[in-house]
Amino acid sequence: MIPVLLLIAGLLIGLACGLVIPRLRAREPRDARASATRQILLPFTGTTLSRRALEAAMRLARVEHATLMPAFLATVPLHQSLETPVVRQCEIGMPLLEAIEQRAVAEHIPVDARVQRGRSYRHALCRLLDAEHFDRVIISAADDPRTGLSGDDLLWAIDHANAEVMILRPAPEDTRIISASGVEGHF
Amino acid sequence: MVPERGHYKIFLGMAAGVGKTFRMLQEGHAELENGRDVVVGLLETHGRADTAALADGLELLPRRRVAYREQRLEEMDLPGILRRAPEVCLVDELAHTNVPGVEHEKRYEDIEDVLAAGIHVISTVNVQHLESLNDRVAELTGVTVRETVPDQMLGRADEIVMVDVSPEALLDRLRAGKVYPAARVDAALNNFFRIENLAALREVALRQVAEEVEARRIVTDVVGTRNELLTGAAPQAVGERLLALVEPYPGAQRLVRRAWRSAQRLGSQLDVLWIQKPGQRLSAEQESALVALRTLCSVLGANLLVEESDLLADTVARVAAERGTTYILLGRSREPRGLARLRAPLPQQLMRRLPGVDVRIVADRALRHESIP
Repeated sequence: MIPVLLLIAGLLIGLACGLVIPRLRAREPRDARASATRQILLPFTGTTLSRRALEAAMRLARVEHATLMPAFLATVPLHQSLETPVVRQCEIGMPLLEAIEQRAVAEHIPVDARVQRGRSYRHALCRLLDAEHFDRVIISAADDPRTGLSGDDLLWAIDHANAEVMILRPAPEDTRIISASGVEGHF
Repeated sequence: MVPERGHYKIFLGMAAGVGKTFRMLQEGHAELENGRDVVVGLLETHGRADTAALADGLELLPRRRVAYREQRLEEMDLPGILRRAPEVCLVDELAHTNVPGVEHEKRYEDIEDVLAAGIHVISTVNVQHLESLNDRVAELTGVTVRETVPDQMLGRADEIVMVDVSPEALLDRLRAGKVYPAARVDAALNNFFRIENLAALREVALRQVAEEVEARRIVTDVVGTRNELLTGAAPQAVGERLLALVEPYPGAQRLVRRAWRSAQRLGSQLDVLWIQKPGQRLSAEQESALVALRTLCSVLGANLLVEESDLLADTVARVAAERGTTYILLGRSREPRGLARLRAPLPQQLMRRLPGVDVRIVADRALRHESIP
């Protein structure tokens, strides 16, 4: 009789441990790991991004064991609420974000994407920088000053970002870009 | 004895000038010829001579004057309509906001009183006034409409009739001075009345009516009788409606983006659902991921829903039923631990609880090459 009771008690203890331990594990806070991770912001505005800028950001993320944070910046006109959905711009930005993220994940680089709206690209970038801490900001200067972040915006970023800002100058021979067509499979 | 609620018919259009008021008045004449007692409770002719002429022969109830900030403004006379008690009442522009001090804030609320009195109502509205479409219309056209009505208001109508003209025809009417006085034509052409705006609005309006028809067909099939149809909270009008299940971690954004692309292709609404365990405390990483998810959903025009529950499949099934979901997207589940191994996987549980709803597991395509030997 006693061995049977011991067996039942053993089974019950085993079952209880099986239930409780995974739950306790699941509740372990991950704050420590999160706060230790360096974050590299890679903002972009258009349909394409210089491959050189992406590769530089990925290289740094790999070396520094950092999280790459590609961020799509969108603008909202003044007569609309800043919280207005920007579906048309997202039709451009989301596939590029997907392409960037796929490349980074394929190289085992952690990715945590962002999207931010502002009255201008600078305002959107400012909101991003205000909301979170980034260790580095990598900006690809546009060939065409009429698109994306302007020269003034880049100077502003250097002055105001509480992070190391790296601006990649467009080189004439740098024709390699990443675009929505870089997305693997159906998106 | 409480009178039976009146019949409610709405003429829906993509923009001013498509002919909603004209159709409403034609309908009024047809009812009059059929021997019914018809009055015009409120008519907005916007100075259009054709429209004003068509109102001839119909009894036009006078507006009442309401004092507001040292002015006397005109509003529809709701008590006057109820006193007059016609069989059919025509009420233009149901999205109108009333002057403070009258019975209701909005005209569509006045209409509810008229219907409750057993009076049939024929009314008009433009699609940009619908609350859920307001932001989308603002982005499409650059014009934010202040006077909005809840979408459920359309669900309370017995009939919705789309008044449609091609954008080209509407522009011709505008240029001919049939929509606005000559002095306003140029401004209108340069702002709201651009062909791309009108084409987009037309698509939105046509889709809205198609969705209403679809929702009614579904509810009629299920419920059967008209009274039940009217009182039952019809699921929101849907061709397709997507629901993406997420958890606050960085990878969830990819699932939302994929779901959004699918929703774009299907022309449908996207809901994003996170089911939080009761009392669950979020780590800093999860908090940050949740903020990022909220921003992403807001930018994409998706609805982020947070439900607190321990019963994952039951909660998803309830939300899906409430939202009229036709398509559920979820990512790859974590490996089950402990007794969870004995439970059926979530997709199977959902398929069992939600027959007729598609369930799609979104693959992580970035890792595809790794899994191929």
